[in-house]
Amino acid sequence: MIELKYFLLISACLFSLGVFGVLTRRNAVNVLMGVELILNSANLNLVAFSRYSSTGIDGQMFAVFVIVVAAAEVAVALAIVLTLYRVLNTVNLDRADVLKR
Amino acid sequence: MNLGNLDSLTFFRPELILLGGILLVVISDIALKGLRNLINPLLTLAALLLALFYTLQTDHGSAMTLFEGMLALDNFALFFKVFLLVAGILVLLGSLHSEELASVHQGEFHALLLAVTLGMLLMANSAHLVMLYLSLELVSLTSYVMVGYLRSDRLSNEASMKYILFGAVSTGAMLYGFSLLYGMTGSLDLFAIRDALLAQEVVGFNQVTLVLVVVLTTAGFGFKTAAVPFHFWCPDVYTGAPTPVTAFLSVAPKAAGFAILVRFFLGGLSQPAGEQWAFISGIDWPMVLMVVSVMTMSLGNIAALTQNNLKRMLAYSSIAHAGYILMGVVLLTGTGLKAMLVYLFVYLFMNLGAFFVVTVIFNSEKTFELEDYNGMFRRSPFLAVAMSIFLLSLIGIPPFAGFLGKLYIFGAVIDQGLYWFALVGALNAAVAAFYYMRVMKHMILENDDRPPTPLRISTLNRALLVLLLVPNILLIVFWTPIDRWAANSITLFGGL
Repeated sequence: MIELKYFLLISACLFSLGVFGVLTRRNAVNVLMGVELILNSANLNLVAFSRYSSTGIDGQMFAVFVIVVAAAEVAVALAIVLTLYRVLNTVNLDRADVLKR
Repeated sequence: MNLGNLDSLTFFRPELILLGGILLVVISDIALKGLRNLINPLLTLAALLLALFYTLQTDHGSAMTLFEGMLALDNFALFFKVFLLVAGILVLLGSLHSEELASVHQGEFHALLLAVTLGMLLMANSAHLVMLYLSLELVSLTSYVMVGYLRSDRLSNEASMKYILFGAVSTGAMLYGFSLLYGMTGSLDLFAIRDALLAQEVVGFNQVTLVLVVVLTTAGFGFKTAAVPFHFWCPDVYTGAPTPVTAFLSVAPKAAGFAILVRFFLGGLSQPAGEQWAFISGIDWPMVLMVVSVMTMSLGNIAALTQNNLKRMLAYSSIAHAGYILMGVVLLTGTGLKAMLVYLFVYLFMNLGAFFVVTVIFNSEKTFELEDYNGMFRRSPFLAVAMSIFLLSLIGIPPFAGFLGKLYIFGAVIDQGLYWFALVGALNAAVAAFYYMRVMKHMILENDDRPPTPLRISTLNRALLVLLLVPNILLIVFWTPIDRWAANSITLFGGL
């Protein structure tokens, strides 16, 4: 059987990749992909911990909820990206700079 | 006591009423084309008032959990429910005569307002990581939409985009923290987590993980409460959002964020022991939050000094106030918690009041710039005096309500012997006085050459301003009931 630590390692990698994507990408859709990686790294953790422990399936249940919420979040986010595109004609975040930093 | 699903419903009435209200508003928005602009606000108001009524009626005896340990029902939760419902009602009334929202179809706005209130009530109650995450996301998702409500407005869209990206990343980080916490303790129930952490000394590798968990979850809660260093979204979002939504965001989700923060850190990561809570060995999280609190108030106040846009200035000021409120949490004492509750309660009225004046002025002037506030006293003495009272209250000058909040917070800090912490707070209050006074100077002392034309204020807005002024002036007289209410509300459900 594959050891637990490999799952944790992969999820840590996914989390780091997600954060890296969020910080470096300028396209709003790419940033959202980074967010998905972060959420799924947490899911992988939850399911792995749940599988390797004897405390029931709490973690797997949590992961299902996270998947549902992530879908809702992406729906809202894409709607906002669309309206932004209608106003700006681009999804590049560097162009969304009317509100000064 | 741990209630099952059906028995819990009796204590779940406020939330059920809000849920029914959401459905009714959505249906009436589709079905009653001619009457919906009249009926939707009335339905929303009725749902909020009814929910408030049942919340005040709730007599739960001793603290307990609902729905098999998902929600905790205690005096602490009831305080926040009353607080959040009152905030919802005031914001609803404030949004009725707002020119910004009048330009778009308002049907969904009322449904969203009810949904975000429902999410916040659940947030204040959560006793389980799943519930905590779901309620936080319910509040976040609805508020993203509310911020971007002015669809054709570039600022509103941009604010909403920034909000959702920051929000998604910080709640994602929080979720990763939760998953690690689950791995460490094998449970998602806050009280079971605490018991598992208390069972043995947290040392070595576990200690590192626990530090990571605290940092990651602080990202999620810090985002909701707009605490430094998770505040970057705040000024932009507050500036771009419609003003009634900004007023709402600066008070209600912030308060719910503090409720959830207290539940997580005081309920999950510390042990109730008499007057003073003991935190779990291995990580000094009060110190982490203390640093966050100092940074939050200093940065908020200093950045506010140079702002010329009223909304942006009030955004930074609300960041600073989050720092003061956090002072009460990190003390880990009943007095600290009580001070936090009193501060939140007075903050509700003074901050909503200040934002409401900004809304009223925008209605006729179409501007948020400080320069355009010149000569306001000659144009509408009532509005200028009202704004001055709200601002003096925000500074914390007696006899206005804000003084009460500052008194409690600093008193609690000095009680614990943390003199440096109180000194930092006092210095910050002095800095804050400068930019609040600056607004008053523009409104009252500076006049432009134009002849003063009287400012139009609708009767509803005038009545609401009076309604917001009364607590700011009179709370100091009703000190004892507030003190008793807050002291009564610090009982946190600590598990079975």
